[in-house]
Amino acid sequence: MPAAAVVLFNFSNSSYVHRVIELLKSNFNLDSEVIHPLINPSEFYSSERDQYYSTKILEKVIRAYDDRYDKILTLTDHDLFVPVLTFVFGEAQLTGKAAIVSSHRLHQEFYGLPSDDEVLLQRLEKEVLHEIGHTFGLKHCIDWNCVMHSSSNVDEIDIKPKDFCKTCSKKIPSL
Amino acid sequence: MNDEVKILIVDDEQIVRDSLKHWFEEDGYKVDVSEDAFDVLRDFKPDKWDILLVDIKMPKMSGLELLEKVKEIDPESVVIIITAYASVPTAVQALKNGAYDYVTKPIDPDELSHLVKKAIKQKNLSRENIALKASIDEMLNLEDLVGESPEMKKVFDLIQMVAKQDTTVMIRGESGTGKELIARAIHINSPRKYYPIIPVNCGAFPESLLESELFGHEKGAFTGAQYRRKGKIEMADGGTLFLDEVGSISPKMQVELLRVIESKQFNRVGGNDLIKVNFRLISATNESLEKLVEAGNFREDLYYRLNVFTIYVPPLRERRSDIPILANFFVNKFSRVMNKSIRKISNEAMDILLKYDWPGNVRELENAIERAMVIGKPPEIVPEDLPFQIDKGNNNSNDSISDMEKSHIRKVLSKYNWNITQTAAALKIDRVTLYNKINKYGLKKT
Repeated sequence: MPAAAVVLFNFSNSSYVHRVIELLKSNFNLDSEVIHPLINPSEFYSSERDQYYSTKILEKVIRAYDDRYDKILTLTDHDLFVPVLTFVFGEAQLTGKAAIVSSHRLHQEFYGLPSDDEVLLQRLEKEVLHEIGHTFGLKHCIDWNCVMHSSSNVDEIDIKPKDFCKTCSKKIPSL
Repeated sequence: MNDEVKILIVDDEQIVRDSLKHWFEEDGYKVDVSEDAFDVLRDFKPDKWDILLVDIKMPKMSGLELLEKVKEIDPESVVIIITAYASVPTAVQALKNGAYDYVTKPIDPDELSHLVKKAIKQKNLSRENIALKASIDEMLNLEDLVGESPEMKKVFDLIQMVAKQDTTVMIRGESGTGKELIARAIHINSPRKYYPIIPVNCGAFPESLLESELFGHEKGAFTGAQYRRKGKIEMADGGTLFLDEVGSISPKMQVELLRVIESKQFNRVGGNDLIKVNFRLISATNESLEKLVEAGNFREDLYYRLNVFTIYVPPLRERRSDIPILANFFVNKFSRVMNKSIRKISNEAMDILLKYDWPGNVRELENAIERAMVIGKPPEIVPEDLPFQIDKGNNNSNDSISDMEKSHIRKVLSKYNWNITQTAAALKIDRVTLYNKINKYGLKKT
């Protein structure tokens, strides 16, 4: 059975990890193992932007866990960026192994709203499915009723469901 | 679909190229990258890429320079400039040079996503627009404008000459010579061709109706005005207003018309709002406007406004060499329309057509051929098929007073080497009358 590593890189919402593992199993038939890596956050930190460089994190975890897992999902509370963009909710290797999702901008508090754990969990789940979907070669879907629909703000994450459309489902080999 | 959209990213920083390529590939776009503007130009062809994202600051050639060169090759190309905060003024310059938009680094993903979607829409619209214009161009043909005589070739030359300008044109010629076709030819050869040409036959309306016809009216402006209605002037906005039989406009309407021509704004009948319009004016008349001016029936200022560039359409009797061409053209046209296998005109019938003077000009010839096609039998039109008055009407006699007048005026004009003042004095008529007679008889300096 395909195996996945769920790498917790300064991820404080540990109660959600179980739900993420269930998602990976039910959606991608992945058996997951939780990993608390010993990595130095400063390697990826940009003091100028007060953000963490997601591509570099992906490179690091791939180097560390590539030979043991079919998919590597990193969860973090840190705010992520790629140099040309102001932020990213997550990043994935298209048709690759590794994906990363940040909860930083998924919190209601980030937008000056009262905390809402259920909203946060929903968003996190959608982003995990979305980024892992990319590792299976899925591109952004034009269907708003598909979790692979592109989202560049939380409203767009909230609008889309936690499911893949029929077309995208067919492209995931384990389904 | 996004996989049909091709994006080129031009940036000297690999990290930027890679990040953007990855970001766009997740959206399903086809992405090419280049670090060098010179390489881009070497390969650049219109439509090779749908969108170009170009960094403004590059070592060998700047993004601005690349934008300029790309626009020279393909003015429709969509270029988005990527800039740092510090170079926003340069980015604004890029917009002035034709860039679609600019984004500042680091780019907000939401902004980039919307910008690219908007740019794709714009590109698709622009492609649709080009395709539609091409199909309109195919539809726009003036096949009824036929003639190979030197006189008509001169008219065609004048049409080509004036069409591209926005000059006001007056078309003069006898009834039935095809003045409206000339107006349409000018319009469809002008930059206004994708806007309408609105013809108004000024002679067909009484004063009050013409006012409402031209200016439109508001609801309740007069009894029966149940709805607001746009007038022909408003409908011609962006295009061409063609005023036929302009000599028949009443003095009151002449004032109104002059005001619109001068100010390009007007009120609907019963309305207070000033409506701005932008149209080209073409007018036509078969009357002597000079005579009407002289008699005080046509405003001189309006006359000069309308009579900026004149095209004189010669009557058919002055270009007899066009008669066979036109007649055969109409035979083909009606055989198609009526699905009749009459394909030609017999020599005897053509002789009759050639000898006739055609006071109703091309329209009369067209009607005559249509009638002959209805009653005629294949394979050809014979004299019996032609209208009675044509058959009998060989009015090409040289004994009439008008023939003598024409011949005399021609002789005196030659004597004074076409000096109008001297010729008019010798004939003891005024210059305007002489001009009218020259026009009437179609006299030309040889």
